Amino acid sequence: MIVGERKPFEEIQSLLRGYKKILLAGCGTCVKVCFAGGDKEVAVLASQLGIANNKAGVKARIDQVTIERQCENEFIDEAARALNGHDCIMSMACGAGVQMLAARFPHLPVLPAVNTTFLGLLDKQGMFLENCQGCGDCVLGRFGGVCPVTRCSKSLFNGPCGGSASGVCEIDPSVPCGWQEIYDRLKALGRLDTLEQTEPPKNWASARHGGPRKLIREDNIL
Amino acid sequence: MTTNSNLQRVLESGGFAVTAECGPPRSADPDIVIKKGLLLKKHVDAVNVTDNQTAIVRMGSLAASALLKSIGLDPVWQLVCRDRNRIAIQSDILGAAALGINNMLCLSGDHQSFGNQPHAKNVFDLDSMQLLGAARDLRDSGRFIYDSFEIPPAARPGLFIGAAANPFADPFEFRAIRLAKKIANGAQFIQTQCIFNLPKFTKWMKAVRDRGLADKVYILGGVTPIKSAGMALYMKDKVAGMDVPDEVIKRIKGAPKDKQREEGVKLCVETIQKLRKIKGVAGVHIMAIEWEEAVPEIVEAAGLR
Repeated sequence: MIVGERKPFEEIQSLLRGYKKILLAGCGTCVKVCFAGGDKEVAVLASQLGIANNKAGVKARIDQVTIERQCENEFIDEAARALNGHDCIMSMACGAGVQMLAARFPHLPVLPAVNTTFLGLLDKQGMFLENCQGCGDCVLGRFGGVCPVTRCSKSLFNGPCGGSASGVCEIDPSVPCGWQEIYDRLKALGRLDTLEQTEPPKNWASARHGGPRKLIREDNIL
Repeated sequence: MTTNSNLQRVLESGGFAVTAECGPPRSADPDIVIKKGLLLKKHVDAVNVTDNQTAIVRMGSLAASALLKSIGLDPVWQLVCRDRNRIAIQSDILGAAALGINNMLCLSGDHQSFGNQPHAKNVFDLDSMQLLGAARDLRDSGRFIYDSFEIPPAARPGLFIGAAANPFADPFEFRAIRLAKKIANGAQFIQTQCIFNLPKFTKWMKAVRDRGLADKVYILGGVTPIKSAGMALYMKDKVAGMDVPDEVIKRIKGAPKDKQREEGVKLCVETIQKLRKIKGVAGVHIMAIEWEEAVPEIVEAAGLR
Protein backbone atom coordinates (compact mmCIF):
# COMPACT_ATOMS: atom_id res chain seq x y z
CA MET A 1 0.00 0.00 0.00
CA ILE A 2 0.89 3.67 -0.14
CA VAL A 3 2.27 4.65 3.24
CA GLY A 4 1.98 8.20 4.49
CA GLU A 5 2.66 10.20 7.61
CA ARG A 6 0.82 13.26 8.79
CA LYS A 7 2.83 16.44 8.55
CA PRO A 8 3.92 18.16 11.78
CA PHE A 9 1.14 20.32 13.24
CA GLU A 10 3.20 23.52 12.92
CA GLU A 11 3.62 22.97 9.18
CA ILE A 12 -0.11 22.32 8.78
CA GLN A 13 -0.89 25.49 10.72
CA SER A 14 1.42 27.52 8.54
CA LEU A 15 -0.16 26.08 5.36
CA LEU A 16 -3.62 27.04 6.64
CA ARG A 17 -2.75 30.53 7.86
CA GLY A 18 -5.28 33.08 6.63
CA TYR A 19 -7.98 30.61 5.55
CA LYS A 20 -11.33 30.94 7.32
CA LYS A 21 -13.44 28.10 5.91
CA ILE A 22 -11.47 24.93 5.68
CA LEU A 23 -12.62 21.51 4.46
CA LEU A 24 -10.49 18.67 5.79
CA ALA A 25 -10.75 15.79 3.31
CA GLY A 26 -9.63 12.35 4.45
CA CYS A 27 -9.26 9.23 2.33
CA GLY A 28 -10.59 5.81 3.28
CA THR A 29 -8.00 3.72 1.45
CA CYS A 30 -4.21 3.41 2.00
CA VAL A 31 -3.69 6.37 4.32
CA LYS A 32 -6.52 5.16 6.55
CA VAL A 33 -4.84 1.77 6.92
CA CYS A 34 -1.52 3.40 7.88
CA PHE A 35 -3.21 5.80 10.33
CA ALA A 36 -2.23 8.97 8.48
CA GLY A 37 -5.35 10.36 6.81
CA GLY A 38 -8.52 8.32 7.43
CA ASP A 39 -11.70 9.55 9.17
CA LYS A 40 -10.15 9.22 12.63
CA GLU A 41 -7.09 11.27 11.70
CA VAL A 42 -9.37 13.88 10.10
CA ALA A 43 -11.30 14.18 13.38
CA VAL A 44 -8.12 14.43 15.43
CA LEU A 45 -6.67 17.16 13.19
CA ALA A 46 -9.96 19.07 13.21
CA SER A 47 -10.08 19.16 17.00
CA GLN A 48 -6.38 20.00 17.23
CA LEU A 49 -6.89 22.94 14.88
CA GLY A 50 -10.03 23.99 16.76
CA ILE A 51 -8.21 24.07 20.10
CA ALA A 52 -5.23 25.95 18.64
CA ASN A 53 -7.48 28.49 16.92
CA ASN A 54 -9.50 29.08 20.09
CA LYS A 55 -6.32 29.63 22.07
CA ALA A 56 -4.98 32.08 19.51
CA GLY A 57 -8.32 33.83 19.07
CA VAL A 58 -8.46 32.86 15.41
CA LYS A 59 -11.92 32.41 13.94
CA ALA A 60 -12.06 29.68 11.33
CA ARG A 61 -14.66 27.09 10.35
CA ILE A 62 -13.31 23.57 10.00
CA ASP A 63 -15.47 20.93 8.33
CA GLN A 64 -14.71 17.29 7.77
CA VAL A 65 -15.33 14.75 5.05
CA THR A 66 -13.68 11.39 4.39
CA ILE A 67 -14.22 9.81 1.03
CA GLU A 68 -13.62 6.23 0.01
CA ARG A 69 -10.83 6.88 -2.48
CA GLN A 70 -9.46 10.30 -3.28
CA CYS A 71 -7.59 9.01 -6.30
CA GLU A 72 -10.78 8.11 -8.21
CA ASN A 73 -12.92 10.72 -9.84
CA GLU A 74 -16.28 9.07 -9.10
CA PHE A 75 -15.63 9.23 -5.36
CA ILE A 76 -14.72 12.90 -5.53
CA ASP A 77 -18.41 13.82 -6.02
CA GLU A 78 -18.83 13.25 -2.31
CA ALA A 79 -16.20 15.90 -1.63
CA ALA A 80 -17.92 18.21 -4.09
CA ARG A 81 -21.20 17.83 -2.19
CA ALA A 82 -19.47 18.69 1.09
CA LEU A 83 -18.12 21.92 -0.37
CA ASN A 84 -20.09 24.88 0.88
CA GLY A 85 -18.36 28.21 0.59
CA HIS A 86 -15.01 26.84 1.75
CA ASP A 87 -11.94 28.88 0.90
CA CYS A 88 -9.55 25.91 0.90
CA ILE A 89 -9.40 22.14 1.03
CA MET A 90 -6.79 20.38 3.09
CA SER A 91 -6.38 16.84 1.78
CA MET A 92 -5.23 14.09 4.07
CA ALA A 93 -4.73 11.65 1.20
CA CYS A 94 -1.50 10.65 -0.55
CA GLY A 95 0.00 12.91 -3.21
CA ALA A 96 -2.19 11.32 -5.88
CA GLY A 97 -5.33 12.17 -3.92
CA VAL A 98 -4.20 15.76 -3.34
CA GLN A 99 -3.61 16.21 -7.06
CA MET A 100 -6.93 14.62 -7.94
CA LEU A 101 -8.73 17.19 -5.76
CA ALA A 102 -6.61 20.03 -7.16
CA ALA A 103 -7.52 19.02 -10.71
CA ARG A 104 -11.21 18.71 -9.85
CA PHE A 105 -11.46 22.02 -7.98
CA PRO A 106 -9.20 24.42 -9.90
CA HIS A 107 -10.72 27.50 -8.21
CA LEU A 108 -9.73 26.35 -4.69
CA PRO A 109 -6.34 25.97 -3.02
CA VAL A 110 -5.80 22.28 -2.18
CA LEU A 111 -3.17 21.77 0.53
CA PRO A 112 -1.49 18.55 1.67
CA ALA A 113 -1.64 17.45 5.31
CA VAL A 114 0.24 14.20 4.75
CA ASN A 115 3.73 13.35 3.52
CA THR A 116 3.49 10.41 1.14
CA THR A 117 6.44 8.33 2.24
CA PHE A 118 6.63 5.12 0.21
CA LEU A 119 5.06 1.91 -1.10
CA GLY A 120 5.42 -0.56 1.67
CA LEU A 121 3.97 -2.90 4.20
CA LEU A 122 3.24 -3.08 7.89
CA ASP A 123 6.22 -4.98 9.29
CA LYS A 124 4.90 -4.98 12.83
CA GLN A 125 2.48 -2.79 14.71
CA GLY A 126 3.73 0.76 14.40
CA MET A 127 6.43 0.04 11.83
CA PHE A 128 6.13 0.27 8.08
CA LEU A 129 8.87 -0.76 5.66
CA GLU A 130 9.48 0.41 2.11
CA ASN A 131 9.38 -2.46 -0.34
CA CYS A 132 8.75 -1.12 -3.81
CA GLN A 133 9.78 1.93 -5.82
CA GLY A 134 7.46 1.20 -8.70
CA CYS A 135 10.36 0.92 -11.15
CA GLY A 136 8.03 -0.47 -13.80
CA ASP A 137 10.04 -3.61 -14.51
CA CYS A 138 9.77 -6.00 -11.57
CA VAL A 139 12.93 -8.03 -10.89
CA LEU A 140 11.79 -9.82 -7.71
CA GLY A 141 11.74 -13.16 -9.52
CA ARG A 142 15.53 -13.08 -9.84
CA PHE A 143 16.31 -11.90 -6.32
CA GLY A 144 14.46 -14.30 -4.07
CA GLY A 145 11.53 -11.95 -3.60
CA VAL A 146 13.62 -9.15 -2.06
CA CYS A 147 13.90 -5.96 -4.11
CA PRO A 148 17.48 -4.78 -4.73
CA VAL A 149 16.25 -1.41 -6.03
CA THR A 150 14.42 -0.64 -2.80
CA ARG A 151 16.00 -2.73 -0.07
CA CYS A 152 19.63 -1.90 -0.97
CA SER A 153 20.54 1.70 -0.07
CA LYS A 154 22.55 1.94 -3.29
CA SER A 155 20.15 -0.09 -5.47
CA LEU A 156 22.98 -2.44 -6.40
CA PHE A 157 22.25 -5.33 -8.74
CA ASN A 158 25.35 -7.49 -8.43
CA GLY A 159 25.78 -8.21 -4.78
CA PRO A 160 26.40 -6.40 -1.50
CA CYS A 161 28.88 -3.52 -1.36
CA GLY A 162 31.80 -3.50 1.03
CA GLY A 163 29.68 -1.84 3.68
CA SER A 164 27.53 -4.85 4.54
CA ALA A 165 28.42 -6.09 8.02
CA SER A 166 26.61 -8.57 10.30
CA GLY A 167 23.43 -8.22 8.28
CA VAL A 168 23.15 -4.44 8.49
CA CYS A 169 23.68 -1.62 6.02
CA GLU A 170 26.58 0.82 6.25
CA ILE A 171 24.24 3.80 6.43
CA ASP A 172 22.63 2.86 9.74
CA PRO A 173 22.76 -0.16 12.04
CA SER A 174 18.95 -0.10 12.21
CA VAL A 175 18.71 -0.70 8.44
CA PRO A 176 18.99 -4.35 7.40
CA CYS A 177 21.29 -5.02 4.42
CA GLY A 178 18.95 -5.83 1.53
CA TRP A 179 21.67 -7.90 -0.09
CA GLN A 180 22.13 -10.04 3.00
CA GLU A 181 18.37 -10.70 2.79
CA ILE A 182 18.64 -11.58 -0.92
CA TYR A 183 21.58 -13.87 -0.19
CA ASP A 184 19.81 -15.63 2.68
CA ARG A 185 16.61 -16.12 0.66
CA LEU A 186 18.42 -17.53 -2.37
CA LYS A 187 20.51 -19.76 -0.15
CA ALA A 188 17.36 -21.16 1.46
CA LEU A 189 15.90 -21.72 -2.00
CA GLY A 190 19.09 -23.43 -3.21
CA ARG A 191 19.51 -20.77 -5.92
CA LEU A 192 22.76 -19.04 -5.00
CA ASP A 193 23.96 -19.89 -8.51
CA THR A 194 21.85 -17.02 -9.86
CA LEU A 195 24.11 -14.57 -8.04
CA GLU A 196 27.08 -15.68 -10.15
CA GLN A 197 25.48 -14.16 -13.25
CA THR A 198 26.11 -10.52 -14.00
CA GLU A 199 23.03 -8.34 -14.00
CA PRO A 200 23.45 -5.91 -16.93
CA PRO A 201 22.67 -2.17 -16.59
CA LYS A 202 18.99 -1.70 -15.81
CA ASN A 203 16.62 0.10 -18.13
CA TRP A 204 15.40 2.90 -15.89
CA ALA A 205 13.14 4.39 -18.56
CA SER A 206 10.20 2.45 -17.11
CA ALA A 207 10.90 4.01 -13.72
CA ARG A 208 10.35 7.68 -12.88
CA HIS A 209 13.52 8.53 -14.81
CA GLY A 210 11.67 8.25 -18.12
CA GLY A 211 9.39 11.15 -17.12
CA PRO A 212 5.86 11.03 -15.65
CA ARG A 213 4.42 7.63 -16.49
CA LYS A 214 1.16 6.66 -18.10
CA LEU A 215 -0.51 3.26 -18.22
CA ILE A 216 -3.00 2.58 -20.99
CA ARG A 217 -5.22 -0.50 -20.76
CA GLU A 218 -6.89 -0.76 -24.17
CA ASP A 219 -9.09 -3.59 -22.87
CA ASN A 220 -10.52 -1.34 -20.15
CA ILE A 221 -11.35 1.65 -22.32
CA LEU A 222 -15.08 2.19 -22.72
CA MET B 1 45.27 -5.53 -23.57
CA THR B 2 48.48 -3.65 -22.86
CA THR B 3 48.12 0.01 -22.02
CA ASN B 4 50.62 2.75 -21.18
CA SER B 5 50.08 2.07 -17.50
CA ASN B 6 53.19 1.89 -15.37
CA LEU B 7 51.23 -0.13 -12.82
CA GLN B 8 50.33 -2.71 -15.48
CA ARG B 9 53.97 -2.85 -16.66
CA VAL B 10 55.23 -3.53 -13.10
CA LEU B 11 52.59 -6.18 -12.40
CA GLU B 12 53.01 -7.97 -15.72
CA SER B 13 56.76 -8.07 -15.32
CA GLY B 14 56.27 -9.92 -12.04
CA GLY B 15 57.23 -7.06 -9.75
CA PHE B 16 55.64 -6.56 -6.33
CA ALA B 17 53.65 -3.39 -7.00
CA VAL B 18 53.34 -0.51 -4.56
CA THR B 19 50.53 1.99 -4.84
CA ALA B 20 49.56 4.77 -2.48
CA GLU B 21 46.62 7.08 -2.07
CA CYS B 22 46.33 10.79 -2.63
CA GLY B 23 43.16 12.41 -1.34
CA PRO B 24 42.36 15.64 -3.25
CA PRO B 25 41.89 18.76 -1.11
CA ARG B 26 38.64 20.41 -0.04
CA SER B 27 39.64 23.40 -2.14
CA ALA B 28 40.71 24.43 -5.62
CA ASP B 29 44.40 24.60 -4.65
CA PRO B 30 46.43 22.54 -7.15
CA ASP B 31 49.62 22.91 -5.07
CA ILE B 32 48.28 20.57 -2.38
CA VAL B 33 47.89 17.80 -4.97
CA ILE B 34 51.30 18.49 -6.50
CA LYS B 35 52.95 18.54 -3.08
CA LYS B 36 51.42 15.18 -2.13
CA GLY B 37 52.39 13.79 -5.52
CA LEU B 38 56.02 14.86 -5.20
CA LEU B 39 56.17 13.29 -1.77
CA LEU B 40 55.08 9.94 -3.21
CA LYS B 41 56.69 10.09 -6.64
CA LYS B 42 59.91 8.13 -6.17
CA HIS B 43 58.40 5.61 -3.79
CA VAL B 44 55.39 4.10 -5.56
CA ASP B 45 54.44 2.66 -8.94
CA ALA B 46 51.09 4.43 -9.13
CA VAL B 47 48.96 6.76 -7.02
CA ASN B 48 45.23 6.37 -6.43
CA VAL B 49 43.22 9.55 -6.54
CA THR B 50 40.09 9.20 -4.44
CA ASP B 51 36.68 10.31 -5.70
CA ASN B 52 34.93 12.38 -3.00
CA GLN B 53 35.69 9.70 -0.43
CA THR B 54 33.26 9.33 2.47
CA ALA B 55 30.97 11.51 0.34
CA ILE B 56 32.71 14.75 1.31
CA VAL B 57 33.04 17.20 -1.57
CA ARG B 58 36.63 17.56 -2.74
CA MET B 59 38.48 18.53 -5.89
CA GLY B 60 37.38 16.17 -8.67
CA SER B 61 39.38 12.96 -8.96
CA LEU B 62 39.83 13.32 -12.72
CA ALA B 63 41.22 16.85 -12.38
CA ALA B 64 43.55 15.83 -9.55
CA SER B 65 44.65 12.78 -11.59
CA ALA B 66 45.54 15.07 -14.49
CA LEU B 67 47.59 17.27 -12.11
CA LEU B 68 49.55 14.24 -10.90
CA LYS B 69 50.04 13.05 -14.46
CA SER B 70 51.53 16.44 -15.33
CA ILE B 71 54.38 15.88 -12.82
CA GLY B 72 55.13 12.39 -14.07
CA LEU B 73 53.11 10.13 -11.78
CA ASP B 74 50.92 7.26 -12.96
CA PRO B 75 47.54 8.06 -11.41
CA VAL B 76 44.86 5.47 -10.66
CA TRP B 77 41.74 7.53 -11.24
CA GLN B 78 38.97 6.42 -8.87
CA LEU B 79 35.40 6.67 -10.08
CA VAL B 80 32.28 6.03 -8.01
CA CYS B 81 28.73 5.23 -9.17
CA ARG B 82 27.14 7.42 -6.50
CA ASP B 83 27.43 10.73 -8.32
CA ARG B 84 27.23 9.99 -12.04
CA ASN B 85 24.83 8.34 -14.40
CA ARG B 86 25.97 6.25 -17.36
CA ILE B 87 26.14 9.30 -19.61
CA ALA B 88 28.59 11.10 -17.33
CA ILE B 89 30.53 7.92 -16.56
CA GLN B 90 31.19 6.97 -20.15
CA SER B 91 31.96 10.57 -21.05
CA ASP B 92 34.47 10.85 -18.18
CA ILE B 93 36.16 7.60 -19.21
CA LEU B 94 36.77 9.03 -22.68
CA GLY B 95 37.98 12.29 -21.14
CA ALA B 96 40.33 10.54 -18.72
CA ALA B 97 41.97 8.57 -21.51
CA ALA B 98 42.27 11.72 -23.61
CA LEU B 99 44.14 13.38 -20.71
CA GLY B 100 46.59 10.49 -20.65
CA ILE B 101 45.24 8.77 -17.54
CA ASN B 102 46.15 5.08 -17.78
CA ASN B 103 44.41 3.46 -14.82
CA MET B 104 40.95 3.57 -13.36
CA LEU B 105 39.40 2.02 -10.26
CA CYS B 106 35.67 1.25 -10.43
CA LEU B 107 33.76 1.67 -7.15
CA SER B 108 30.19 1.84 -5.88
CA GLY B 109 31.02 4.74 -3.57
CA ASP B 110 30.30 5.51 0.07
CA HIS B 111 26.67 6.43 0.64
CA GLN B 112 26.07 10.19 0.67
CA SER B 113 24.59 10.03 4.18
CA PHE B 114 28.18 9.84 5.53
CA GLY B 115 29.41 13.08 4.04
CA ASN B 116 28.84 16.81 4.07
CA GLN B 117 25.95 16.63 1.57
CA PRO B 118 23.57 14.15 3.23
CA HIS B 119 20.59 15.80 1.50
CA ALA B 120 21.95 14.95 -1.96
CA LYS B 121 20.12 12.75 -4.44
CA ASN B 122 22.30 9.76 -5.24
CA VAL B 123 22.59 8.22 -8.67
CA PHE B 124 23.65 4.55 -8.73
CA ASP B 125 22.43 4.26 -12.32
CA LEU B 126 25.12 1.58 -12.68
CA ASP B 127 26.73 -0.48 -9.93
CA SER B 128 30.47 -1.11 -9.72
CA MET B 129 30.14 -4.37 -11.66
CA GLN B 130 28.30 -2.69 -14.52
CA LEU B 131 30.80 0.19 -14.43
CA LEU B 132 33.64 -2.29 -14.92
CA GLY B 133 31.87 -3.85 -17.87
CA ALA B 134 31.18 -0.46 -19.41
CA ALA B 135 34.85 0.59 -19.14
CA ARG B 136 36.05 -2.69 -20.60
CA ASP B 137 33.59 -2.55 -23.50
CA LEU B 138 34.60 1.02 -24.34
CA ARG B 139 38.24 -0.03 -24.42
CA ASP B 140 38.00 -3.43 -26.09
CA SER B 141 35.14 -3.10 -28.52
CA GLY B 142 34.63 0.67 -28.63
CA ARG B 143 30.99 0.18 -27.66
CA PHE B 144 28.83 2.34 -25.42
CA ILE B 145 26.16 0.69 -23.23
CA TYR B 146 23.32 -0.69 -25.41
CA ASP B 147 24.53 1.26 -28.44
CA SER B 148 25.65 0.01 -31.83
CA PHE B 149 27.98 2.97 -32.47
CA GLU B 150 31.62 1.87 -32.55
CA ILE B 151 34.62 4.02 -31.60
CA PRO B 152 37.47 3.45 -34.11
CA PRO B 153 40.21 1.26 -32.56
CA ALA B 154 42.82 4.02 -32.41
CA ALA B 155 40.50 6.31 -30.44
CA ARG B 156 39.33 3.90 -27.76
CA PRO B 157 40.17 4.60 -24.09
CA GLY B 158 43.20 2.43 -23.30
CA LEU B 159 42.79 2.08 -19.55
CA PHE B 160 44.14 -0.52 -17.14
CA ILE B 161 41.00 -1.34 -15.17
CA GLY B 162 40.76 -2.15 -11.49
CA ALA B 163 38.19 -2.75 -8.80
CA ALA B 164 38.01 -2.95 -5.02
CA ALA B 165 37.32 -5.94 -2.82
CA ASN B 166 36.44 -6.03 0.85
CA PRO B 167 37.32 -9.44 2.28
CA PHE B 168 35.94 -8.35 5.64
CA ALA B 169 32.39 -7.52 4.60
CA ASP B 170 29.45 -9.89 4.78
CA PRO B 171 28.26 -12.34 3.64
CA PHE B 172 31.82 -13.69 3.71
CA GLU B 173 31.03 -16.71 1.50
CA PHE B 174 29.88 -14.37 -1.27
CA ARG B 175 33.08 -12.29 -1.33
CA ALA B 176 35.11 -14.63 -3.58
CA ILE B 177 32.09 -15.04 -5.90
CA ARG B 178 31.83 -11.27 -6.11
CA LEU B 179 35.51 -11.08 -7.00
CA ALA B 180 34.97 -13.66 -9.76
CA LYS B 181 32.17 -11.50 -11.16
CA LYS B 182 34.41 -8.44 -11.12
CA ILE B 183 37.08 -10.32 -13.04
CA ALA B 184 34.48 -11.56 -15.53
CA ASN B 185 33.47 -7.94 -16.05
CA GLY B 186 36.96 -6.75 -16.81
CA ALA B 187 38.82 -6.14 -13.54
CA GLN B 188 42.56 -6.60 -14.16
CA PHE B 189 43.73 -5.54 -10.73
CA ILE B 190 42.15 -5.43 -7.29
CA GLN B 191 42.92 -3.19 -4.36
CA THR B 192 41.50 -4.49 -1.10
CA GLN B 193 40.03 -2.79 1.94
CA CYS B 194 42.59 -2.05 4.70
CA ILE B 195 43.88 -5.27 6.19
CA PHE B 196 44.13 -5.38 9.96
CA ASN B 197 42.60 -8.83 10.37
CA LEU B 198 45.24 -11.00 8.66
CA PRO B 199 43.70 -14.39 9.53
CA LYS B 200 40.46 -13.36 7.80
CA PHE B 201 42.35 -11.98 4.80
CA THR B 202 44.35 -15.23 4.57
CA LYS B 203 41.09 -17.20 4.61
CA TRP B 204 39.68 -15.02 1.82
CA MET B 205 42.86 -15.43 -0.25
CA LYS B 206 42.53 -19.19 0.07
CA ALA B 207 38.96 -19.03 -1.25
CA VAL B 208 40.24 -16.79 -4.06
CA ARG B 209 43.03 -19.24 -4.99
CA ASP B 210 40.67 -22.23 -4.73
CA ARG B 211 38.51 -20.63 -7.39
CA GLY B 212 41.58 -20.05 -9.56
CA LEU B 213 41.09 -16.28 -9.35
CA ALA B 214 44.59 -15.32 -8.16
CA ASP B 215 45.92 -16.26 -11.62
CA LYS B 216 43.40 -14.07 -13.40
CA VAL B 217 43.84 -10.80 -11.53
CA TYR B 218 46.55 -8.90 -9.67
CA ILE B 219 45.59 -8.50 -6.02
CA LEU B 220 47.08 -5.59 -4.08
CA GLY B 221 46.54 -5.86 -0.35
CA GLY B 222 45.36 -2.63 1.25
CA VAL B 223 47.22 -1.35 4.32
CA THR B 224 46.79 1.74 6.48
CA PRO B 225 49.22 3.05 9.09
CA ILE B 226 47.37 3.88 12.29
CA LYS B 227 48.19 7.30 13.73
CA SER B 228 46.75 6.81 17.21
CA ALA B 229 44.59 4.57 19.37
CA GLY B 230 41.78 7.06 18.80
CA MET B 231 42.04 6.59 15.03
CA ALA B 232 41.98 2.79 15.44
CA LEU B 233 38.82 3.01 17.54
CA TYR B 234 37.23 5.44 15.10
CA MET B 235 37.92 3.09 12.17
CA LYS B 236 36.54 0.14 14.08
CA ASP B 237 33.31 1.85 15.09
CA LYS B 238 32.60 4.49 12.49
CA VAL B 239 34.13 3.58 9.13
CA ALA B 240 32.00 1.37 6.90
CA GLY B 241 33.44 -2.00 5.98
CA MET B 242 36.41 -1.89 8.38
CA ASP B 243 37.54 -4.81 10.50
CA VAL B 244 39.95 -3.67 13.23
CA PRO B 245 40.50 -6.50 15.74
CA ASP B 246 40.79 -5.69 19.44
CA GLU B 247 44.43 -6.85 19.60
CA VAL B 248 45.37 -4.15 17.06
CA ILE B 249 43.72 -1.48 19.20
CA LYS B 250 45.37 -2.93 22.31
CA ARG B 251 48.79 -2.83 20.66
CA ILE B 252 48.50 0.82 19.62
CA LYS B 253 47.00 1.77 23.00
CA GLY B 254 49.89 -0.01 24.69
CA ALA B 255 52.39 2.45 23.20
CA PRO B 256 52.90 5.83 24.91
CA LYS B 257 50.94 8.63 23.20
CA ASP B 258 54.02 10.12 21.50
CA LYS B 259 55.08 6.70 20.20
CA GLN B 260 51.73 5.59 18.79
CA ARG B 261 52.50 6.81 15.25
CA GLU B 262 55.75 4.88 15.34
CA GLU B 263 53.90 1.77 16.49
CA GLY B 264 51.32 2.25 13.73
CA VAL B 265 54.04 2.43 11.08
CA LYS B 266 55.71 -0.66 12.57
CA LEU B 267 52.45 -2.61 12.46
CA CYS B 268 51.88 -1.51 8.86
CA VAL B 269 55.38 -2.65 7.83
CA GLU B 270 54.87 -6.02 9.53
CA THR B 271 51.56 -6.45 7.73
CA ILE B 272 53.21 -5.74 4.36
CA GLN B 273 55.93 -8.29 5.08
CA LYS B 274 53.32 -10.90 5.97
CA LEU B 275 51.25 -10.07 2.87
CA ARG B 276 54.30 -10.58 0.63
CA LYS B 277 54.44 -14.17 1.80
CA ILE B 278 50.79 -14.93 0.90
CA LYS B 279 50.50 -16.69 -2.44
CA GLY B 280 48.55 -14.62 -4.94
CA VAL B 281 49.27 -11.21 -3.41
CA ALA B 282 50.84 -9.13 -6.21
CA GLY B 283 51.45 -5.90 -4.34
CA VAL B 284 50.33 -3.50 -1.66
CA HIS B 285 48.16 -0.43 -1.68
CA ILE B 286 49.14 1.97 1.10
CA MET B 287 46.30 4.20 2.24
CA ALA B 288 47.96 6.68 4.59
CA ILE B 289 44.92 8.85 5.18
CA GLU B 290 46.00 12.53 5.30
CA TRP B 291 49.45 11.22 6.21
CA GLU B 292 51.13 10.80 2.83
CA GLU B 293 54.52 11.63 4.34
CA ALA B 294 54.48 8.26 6.12
CA VAL B 295 54.55 6.38 2.80
CA PRO B 296 58.28 6.74 1.94
CA GLU B 297 59.24 5.50 5.40
CA ILE B 298 56.87 2.51 5.19
CA VAL B 299 58.05 1.58 1.71
CA GLU B 300 61.67 1.73 2.78
CA ALA B 301 61.20 -0.10 6.08
CA ALA B 302 59.25 -2.87 4.34
CA GLY B 303 62.15 -3.30 1.92
CA LEU B 304 59.98 -2.56 -1.10
CA ARG B 305 62.50 -0.16 -2.71
